[in-house]
Amino acid sequence: MSEHKSSDHAKSPLKMYFAVWAALIVGTFITYEAAFLELGAFNSVVALVIASIKATLVVLFFMHVYHASERLTKLVVIAAVFFLLLLLGLTMTDYATRMWS
Amino acid sequence: MPIPNGPQGERENYLNKEYGIWSWLLTTDHKRIALLYLVSITFFFFIGGFFALLIRLELLTPIGDLVQADTYNKLFTQHGMVMVFFFLIPSIPAVLGNFLVPMMIGAKDLAFPRINLLSWYLYIIGGILMLHAMLAGGVDTGWTFYAPFSTNYSNSRIVEAGLGIFIAGFSSILTGLNFVVTIHRMRAPGLTWSRLPLFIWAHYATSIIQLLGTPVIAVTIVLVAAERALHLGIFDPRLGGDPLLFQHLFWFYSHPAVYIMILPSMGVVTEIIACFSRKRIFGYSFVAFSSIAIAVFGFLVWAHHMFVAGISVYSALVFSFLSYSVALPSAVKVFNWTATLYKGSIHYDAPMLYAFGFLGLFTIGGLTGLFLAALGINVHVTDTYFVVAHFHYIMVGGAVMGYLGGMHFWWPKISGRLYPEGWARLAALIVFIGFNLTFFPQFILGYLGMPRRYYDYSHMPEFQVLNVMSTAGSTILGVGYLLPMVYFLWSMRYGKPALDNPWNAAGLEWKTASPPPTFNFDEEPVVTWEAYNYEELDGSHIEEVPIAR
Amino acid sequence: MPDSTVMGVHREEQHHPELLHHFAEPQQQRDSASLGMWVFLATEVMFFGGLFCAYLVYRTKYFGDFGAASKSIDALLGGTNTAVLICSSLTVVIAVWAAQTARKTLLVGMLALTMLFGLAFLGIKAKEYKDKFEEHHVPGASFSFDHVPIPGRPGEYANPKHAEIFFALYFVMTGLHALHMIIGLGIFAWLLFMAWKGRFTPAYHTPVEIGGLYWHFVDIVWIYLFPLLYLIDRHP
Repeated sequence: MSEHKSSDHAKSPLKMYFAVWAALIVGTFITYEAAFLELGAFNSVVALVIASIKATLVVLFFMHVYHASERLTKLVVIAAVFFLLLLLGLTMTDYATRMWS
Repeated sequence: MPIPNGPQGERENYLNKEYGIWSWLLTTDHKRIALLYLVSITFFFFIGGFFALLIRLELLTPIGDLVQADTYNKLFTQHGMVMVFFFLIPSIPAVLGNFLVPMMIGAKDLAFPRINLLSWYLYIIGGILMLHAMLAGGVDTGWTFYAPFSTNYSNSRIVEAGLGIFIAGFSSILTGLNFVVTIHRMRAPGLTWSRLPLFIWAHYATSIIQLLGTPVIAVTIVLVAAERALHLGIFDPRLGGDPLLFQHLFWFYSHPAVYIMILPSMGVVTEIIACFSRKRIFGYSFVAFSSIAIAVFGFLVWAHHMFVAGISVYSALVFSFLSYSVALPSAVKVFNWTATLYKGSIHYDAPMLYAFGFLGLFTIGGLTGLFLAALGINVHVTDTYFVVAHFHYIMVGGAVMGYLGGMHFWWPKISGRLYPEGWARLAALIVFIGFNLTFFPQFILGYLGMPRRYYDYSHMPEFQVLNVMSTAGSTILGVGYLLPMVYFLWSMRYGKPALDNPWNAAGLEWKTASPPPTFNFDEEPVVTWEAYNYEELDGSHIEEVPIAR
Repeated sequence: MPDSTVMGVHREEQHHPELLHHFAEPQQQRDSASLGMWVFLATEVMFFGGLFCAYLVYRTKYFGDFGAASKSIDALLGGTNTAVLICSSLTVVIAVWAAQTARKTLLVGMLALTMLFGLAFLGIKAKEYKDKFEEHHVPGASFSFDHVPIPGRPGEYANPKHAEIFFALYFVMTGLHALHMIIGLGIFAWLLFMAWKGRFTPAYHTPVEIGGLYWHFVDIVWIYLFPLLYLIDRHP
């Protein structure tokens, strides 16, 4: 039973890896082209969203977090991102509100 | 009655297994590495203490008559840098943590023993750089090395000291990494998270802070060095840079750093109070989760160091509110310790005296933190001796007391010898008295308006009385610190050999010999009991159980 | 009575020569190495995070000036570099799979290819740096950024001082990233050597896995650096 599963698993990764690779390349291309569109403030949003999707794909599939046997790995990733956002977000509470007073 | 092991030479343990300098300098045994750290941090404690002595001598008189102003700047800077980065941050984790974490979880070593040794070497390299910076001219920016003074105006050895701190920071990161992986992966069979000693929870929380906070100050030091060496101008107002950005990045680490300094001490105190009350710690889960909460909340409050620096008042409101919330988990711990004492069978051995000292002094230090978190009060007491007193109450009255208590508690395990109890109690008392005499007057001085980092207070000569009291206290405190160093060394030769478990304490580390064999346990332990099973250890009677000596 | 734990350890060691003495079994050692690398990568996130914080602060403050400065770096080269790193991440995962399935030649080939991509990345980076040096966009005494129009705001010119901050961040961030690439190349050179000597098997290839994790992380940092530095305010 587990053998069947592992050989199944062993065969499919390559296809999956190439699919992810293709998605990443396409994502890069879209990011590049979208930068030349007039989207105002949304340019930044689009760029960051695509970058985040790409990063998520790398983390989940290239770094095998999707198939990780433990929740701990996911927790470490989430914790790192959380504290980074904390640093960025709380610092910006200062800079974003300096002009208010 | 347990049979005591014979004098050290008869039974093989981690100390006598191999002799020679290289068996120490190339060891991967976590216990030996702990002792390497013990010697190194004690050395830096002396250096930091020496600067403190000079500061207090200068402040005996209102005029600046002992040293020049520039020299005084270097004194308080180096006192701070050495004490924070080279003594307090490593202290308990690198000494007691390294020694005890594997033992408390029933493991043979940490997960990465060679990285552990690398941590010590990084610490030493960083320390040598710091020493050289101090000897080759010194650093005068304050331990906080704010921009733009540090980046543009100071002529002192900032890049070198910064590099030393950077490298020591990696030592800290690697120690944290080792602890996290060890605690997740190396627990003995049956040792679930809820059976772990709270010392382990405390070190786990500390490690989270070390891992996530230290890299930010590391990159900040890189930016300062880049600005000094390459004139990159990221913090330079002349280029449109913002010096406050430096402060944000600096304090993002340096505030959680104070929790690196106190959490391990809280872990020690928990172990001591449980043992010397002969009771399971009250509210185990609350104490465990409060450690994690302190670690997380500690990252949310850093800008309370910047209330008067020019941040937006709305941001200040947010940080002030968050600063109140970080006091909550600490208060939870104090309540739990107190509740543990209630109806406990209290023994007043030296470790417990340090724990009592911790309880009182940490509470005062913590409460004065709340004063500082209030924006209105903060405006008046920022950059005065009030702040200095506040953080010394926590770091010296709290962290160092916990460190000393832990050193006494586990000394029999580490050395296989008993320290002289009479002298130890006396030393604890001297430390307590000396500490309060040194730092309580500083609360008053700060409240009355004496600024920190001033070598000359001749504009307010009436401050002299309190300053003299503070200096007198510091000498008494110094004596109190020297005594343990003397009698610990004495005990290694002449102290009574210790039993495996002289305190009849709970915990896996007490189930093996004192001193332990190199691989800690003769057989891998299998844990089937809850933590702090003092009722079992003492039998079901609540009569006084003599502590075996 | 013989100590069964000691006996057990000896049996394990006979079957698993890479098992270190303080671990009870190989799975524990593998899991520890993996967790150790993940935790280390978390610290790296915060290390770069400080720079991203500085970047965020100044980009919001000096958006126009940053846009002008960003426009002056070559987005095509940056985009190519992004694709190069993505390809290198692909070769890394294939290398790990090759190690898992005992395909030594493929493993060695993929590791070598990964390194080639890494070197290509550094080569393109060197070209970019050279261009910036020639255009006097390196912060310092010879920096100049006069009369550069702000994208989308005709008639307005970028403040050279704020542009200098952009370039300071550009060099520090891409420089630190490049340093991590160089370290990565060093790691992969060692992996390549070990793989070539046949040291990796399906039972033991942990260094390839955790080396791979490190490489992917370096890729992810670039995935964010590219749009943030090169594509701030490009207009048609």
